Amino acid sequence: MSEGTLYDKVWDKHKVTELPNGQDQLFIGLHLVHEVTSPQAFAMLRERDIEVAYPERTFATTDHIVPTQEEKRKRPLEDEKSEEMLDALTTNTGDNGITFFDFESGKQGITHVVAPELGLSQPGMTVACGDSHTATHGAFGSIGVGVGTSQIRDILATGCIAAEKQQVRRINVEGSLGEGVFAKDIILKIIQELGVDGGVGHVYEYGGPAIEELDMEGRLAICNMSIEGGARAGYINPDQTTYDYLEGREYVPEGEAFEELKSYWGSVASDEDAVYDDEVTIDVDDIDPLVTWGINPGQVVEISQPVPSPDDFDARTDREAAEQALEHMDIEAGQSMLGYDVDVAFLGTCTNGRVTDFARAAEILEGNTVDDDVRALAVPGSETVRAECEARGIDETFIEAGFQWRRAGCSMCLAMNEDSLEGDEVCASSSNRNFIGRQGSKEGRTVLMSPVMVAAAAVEGEVTDVRRFYDDDPADALTADDVSEVAD
Amino acid sequence: MPAVDPEADDNHITEVGGTGVPIPGDDIDTDQILPARFMKEVTFDNMAEYLFYDARRDDDDELNDHPLNRFEGANIAVVNTNFGCGSSREHAPQALMRWGIDGMIGESYAEIFADNCKSLGIPAATTDHETVTEIQQWIEDNPDGNIDIDVEDETVTYGDTTVDVDIDDAMQEALVEGIWDTTALMYSNMSKVEQTVADLPYADD
Repeated sequence: MSEGTLYDKVWDKHKVTELPNGQDQLFIGLHLVHEVTSPQAFAMLRERDIEVAYPERTFATTDHIVPTQEEKRKRPLEDEKSEEMLDALTTNTGDNGITFFDFESGKQGITHVVAPELGLSQPGMTVACGDSHTATHGAFGSIGVGVGTSQIRDILATGCIAAEKQQVRRINVEGSLGEGVFAKDIILKIIQELGVDGGVGHVYEYGGPAIEELDMEGRLAICNMSIEGGARAGYINPDQTTYDYLEGREYVPEGEAFEELKSYWGSVASDEDAVYDDEVTIDVDDIDPLVTWGINPGQVVEISQPVPSPDDFDARTDREAAEQALEHMDIEAGQSMLGYDVDVAFLGTCTNGRVTDFARAAEILEGNTVDDDVRALAVPGSETVRAECEARGIDETFIEAGFQWRRAGCSMCLAMNEDSLEGDEVCASSSNRNFIGRQGSKEGRTVLMSPVMVAAAAVEGEVTDVRRFYDDDPADALTADDVSEVAD
Repeated sequence: MPAVDPEADDNHITEVGGTGVPIPGDDIDTDQILPARFMKEVTFDNMAEYLFYDARRDDDDELNDHPLNRFEGANIAVVNTNFGCGSSREHAPQALMRWGIDGMIGESYAEIFADNCKSLGIPAATTDHETVTEIQQWIEDNPDGNIDIDVEDETVTYGDTTVDVDIDDAMQEALVEGIWDTTALMYSNMSKVEQTVADLPYADD
């Protein structure tokens, strides 16, 4: 068992007692609520006549179903089912004294974007939400876990979940990133190496020079996709970057209280002699940008690598998955993903819908226009992100290039609102899942990539090495001719 | 508190059984089990209708030969590896349960999915690839045959065959002891919760 890791320390601080079945009752310091997975839990509470135990530690926003088109955001919403969900959340939060970042608040957005930027997510906390991407908050050095609706009921009623401690795997990320390569590429590389179920039973501690160099937004993107690697939680030890980010944010105390908290935050970081259940090292020196070629996030290549053949995989399950992926994506083994035709460009989500993501993509779009055949959507992760992008004129760069500049929400990541792929459209997407049907069409095809790669694909109408946009001499940038092998 | 009574007999899940349905495939994610567009409802009441909605239909929207269409009324689902990966949506096991599934046999499950099963009192047993494949084939050959999961003994019986399976200790204990509804259980520890909160540096409320 692990010892002296952040995970051990934070777990112990929040452990209430051991339950008769051997699980621990774990207190949740921050409970985030959204409209899709919570109404059933509130109903269960009403049936049992229980009040919310810790309304002051519970915060709600609406993200999954909200329209992102300005004119569609008037209440009541056009879509009756969406309106019913939003109405239920308004009532449930109002009745229980829970803060709800609704449209009028100006702070509405994706839970995993809103809580970090408001300073709600802090080091040394336990964070839970009825959403698998709750691992995101681990970027601050907290334990963030996604839970189901019955567990939401547990948290609402008792402030706690019943949980078992996992093993801790330290992932040392060595090296430094080249131009045009970002945090999203690191996490895709990690998933490529460890697989989509490599993290089952584990929590990932990300560390090493390549992680320490990242800003908070990059760290959030890394931890966000822990679940895509099968790990329910992933975290990064807090450091000066973390403290600097938090200082001055709305829900972070000031002055002496801040200093006191900071000493707690420092104390939960993994000890130098911490014991891990497992350690792996991944070198990201000189990696190329990564893109997925298949139908799960582990089916991913550096753009210098050809699409693999099912025969390249040892495990039967991987071979079968590869065959299914090649068929669905309509590509052949040995082909390069560069040049793969793109119909839709989608930039946003809890992975990559933050200000830096849009700012970096805007650098690529500056002076360029979106390909005529591409429908391009920029969907800020929150209204706060949108406002800051607009204050910096980033929105104008997007609009001038031919992107639609939208309001905040989950949007085409899972297409619960109007934003959806149609037919077998291919989407260059900064989101986190390329499952069949995920973006709203069961024939639809998703290619996951970083925000700058999405911008490059939007301009060229095909998967493109973004590095050609950084340099006057694009000799370093790769094309399909550099990659494709003649299939055997 | 009017909650589930841990002493009540019907909370104890020691054995589940009935006919089976094979749902072959690895890494079947919750977006396939319950497509996101059907989550726009404030209750779980209609979820059975949406179970594997897209996979069960052909391009003309007609029901195809998906196992769930062929094994209507089954109680035990037999699946492969990493079943229920992806989104945390409890809608997925809720849909399976409301469709009629009382127990799962598989090679492995995504963690949140297994947790959700436990919350709903659905035992999720694991065994190796060969055994899963054999049971899946046995169901194909014996659509009306009975499969039993003995949660206490960690065995599965189909036809004349009984095999050992694994059930996660915490899940087994919770099901057998009838304490899988954790709200009631944890609610009884609220004074301890308050002590824990009082010691948290960030919770000064």
